[in-house]
Amino acid sequence: MFYREAGDFKTSYLEDNQTFPIRFDRYRYYAVLAVAFLVVPFIINDYWANAILLPFLIYGIASIGLNVLTGYCGQVSLGTGGFMAVGAYACYKLMTAFPEVSMFIHVILAGGITAVVGVLFGLPSLRIKGFYLAVATLAAQFFLVWLFNRVPWFYNYSASGQISAPERSVFGVLITGPNAPSWATYLFCLIFLTLAGIIARNLTRGTVGRSWMAIRDMDIAAEIIGVNPLRAKMTAFAVSSFFVGIAGALFFSIYLGAVEVGEAFGIQKSFLVLFMVIIGGLGSIFGSLAGAAFLVVLPVVLKLIGVDILGWPTDIVAHFQLVIVGALIITFLVLEPHGIAQLWRVIKEKLRLWPFPH
Amino acid sequence: MSDQFLFAAEVTLNGLMSGVLYALVALGFVLIYKASGIFNYAQGVMALFAAMTLVGIMDGQVPFSHLINAIFGTEIHHFGWHLPGLLAILLTMVVMAGLAWCVQQFVMRHLIGQAPIILFMATIGLAYLLEGVADLMWGSEIRKLDVGLPQGINETIDSVTYGMFGYGFFIDNLDIVATVIAALLVIALVIFSQYTKQGRAMRAVADDHQAALSVGISLNFIWVMVWSVAGFVALVAGIMWGTKSGVQFSLSLIALKALPVLMLGGFTSIPGAIVGGLIIGVGEKLFDFMFGPMLGGATENWFAYVLALLFLVFRPQGLFGDRIIERV
Repeated sequence: MFYREAGDFKTSYLEDNQTFPIRFDRYRYYAVLAVAFLVVPFIINDYWANAILLPFLIYGIASIGLNVLTGYCGQVSLGTGGFMAVGAYACYKLMTAFPEVSMFIHVILAGGITAVVGVLFGLPSLRIKGFYLAVATLAAQFFLVWLFNRVPWFYNYSASGQISAPERSVFGVLITGPNAPSWATYLFCLIFLTLAGIIARNLTRGTVGRSWMAIRDMDIAAEIIGVNPLRAKMTAFAVSSFFVGIAGALFFSIYLGAVEVGEAFGIQKSFLVLFMVIIGGLGSIFGSLAGAAFLVVLPVVLKLIGVDILGWPTDIVAHFQLVIVGALIITFLVLEPHGIAQLWRVIKEKLRLWPFPH
Repeated sequence: MSDQFLFAAEVTLNGLMSGVLYALVALGFVLIYKASGIFNYAQGVMALFAAMTLVGIMDGQVPFSHLINAIFGTEIHHFGWHLPGLLAILLTMVVMAGLAWCVQQFVMRHLIGQAPIILFMATIGLAYLLEGVADLMWGSEIRKLDVGLPQGINETIDSVTYGMFGYGFFIDNLDIVATVIAALLVIALVIFSQYTKQGRAMRAVADDHQAALSVGISLNFIWVMVWSVAGFVALVAGIMWGTKSGVQFSLSLIALKALPVLMLGGFTSIPGAIVGGLIIGVGEKLFDFMFGPMLGGATENWFAYVLALLFLVFRPQGLFGDRIIERV
């Protein structure tokens, strides 16, 4: 009834080009933003922030990053964990070297450094494709984790080999360390997620994004019609690693506070983010967020049901979680290769006809 | 001869031996990839699953006992028997064949014609699923696997080399057994694929799915068979690795070790898997021996990947792989 284009007249190019052409979509988007920025910070508490909201926001950024690379440009990467580690360590080095500079700048710089590293490890993608590349990105994963473990300069020669975030504040409000109020950490991450979403969305519908998709759909054909594969792939790796690096920096400085690289940024993390992208939907920004939300909430819900309600031992619930995640991946790939985002699109199509289908 | 050289020789020999074990895992990948074009990430977890099932059957453990106990509040753990190794291996083989049928029936059949990368991701999902099922079935604690393979230092080689160079080489008996078994396995596989009807059908499917269908080969059957054979290879690899370092989660990570082997040797070549495994095995041991102390040690974690990565830049199809031809 509300959800349709009819009667929504565009009178300028600007209106015609907007991200959400349907009025209902647009208002919904504004409403979500308003709730996220103006309501949630006032009702948030530590449990919600640490168990669900912060991981969701941070994984959201990471999976937007990976979706740019895998979903839009078709280059599967299993090095996400390694790149997140680059972001985290870059952020740590910057935080300790320049204590007086704002965290915003540190996090963005950490993203930039990760982008450079990402391009470096993306170079082989010009020669190798498909799962050969996927395996090649594992080289990045293992090498980077080893590097941060073994070279003491990266962890400032600390005895434990861990890095822990010193207390830093933005505009006088503490945002890192255990004493940071949850609304501040939440807002800080939310700003980055919103920016990442807007930037990614606009990149993917512009020239760059179209060249990515051309490369994804058929790289040789794309090359023949004049898409520069070097530029397309390198920009995809750069943009993707930039977001992943920001996610890594936030994951370390805001969410965990102290990090042991093999544990926090191991191969499991790469798979987790990849699963978010698959379940959410390859080639969709909304899908990245949906996938991240799904896989962040799933363990919490399973634990709630299994441990607290049924009273099973935690290890059995953890094994069940593996089974369910694996089965979900397979089910999604079999039934709906485009993930939650596609389900959402189908619902929207139905909504446009509702309540008078035919 | 200098001590340094003898050390290097010993390291090389041990590298060759562990290379054989990598090759054993890589073999499973190649089999499935050749026959169905699926890059089976779950191969390592299959090895873990096979080894756990083997231990479980040998000890007479009740499958899913933890789960059953948690749901019904019962206290069952064991059937109370101990099976001999050979019988348990046969039973495990049956389980692996059943697993192959399930994979084909519930997963791969529905994904025919999808992009290779989708299939790859499906096998990652399969790996998670299988790992969870294995843990639920048999519990996740570390278990010892002993089917009667010899272990420990080989005294003969030790004393012979001591007599020759004045320095005894340390070589594990298990590694020697593994090498012999790997060689036998490869010979058996070659004979199977060259001289039996099913083996020929398998190669026909690998060449061209449609042509194979049109001469009356059942794709479904061939794929179940290929997955069973891969399950068998996984079982052998699982027994070797399980005897070496215990049956535990890290067993599934040998899949990650086998990937660079495959990239080096080529995804489509059985000799490639063997040679690749040997190169990686020797390379990483020697590299760690020579440059490890300088770089802070544990270079084995990444050396294989970086080697394979550098190699791929120059020869994307690997050493023995089929030439990649792309058409629009």
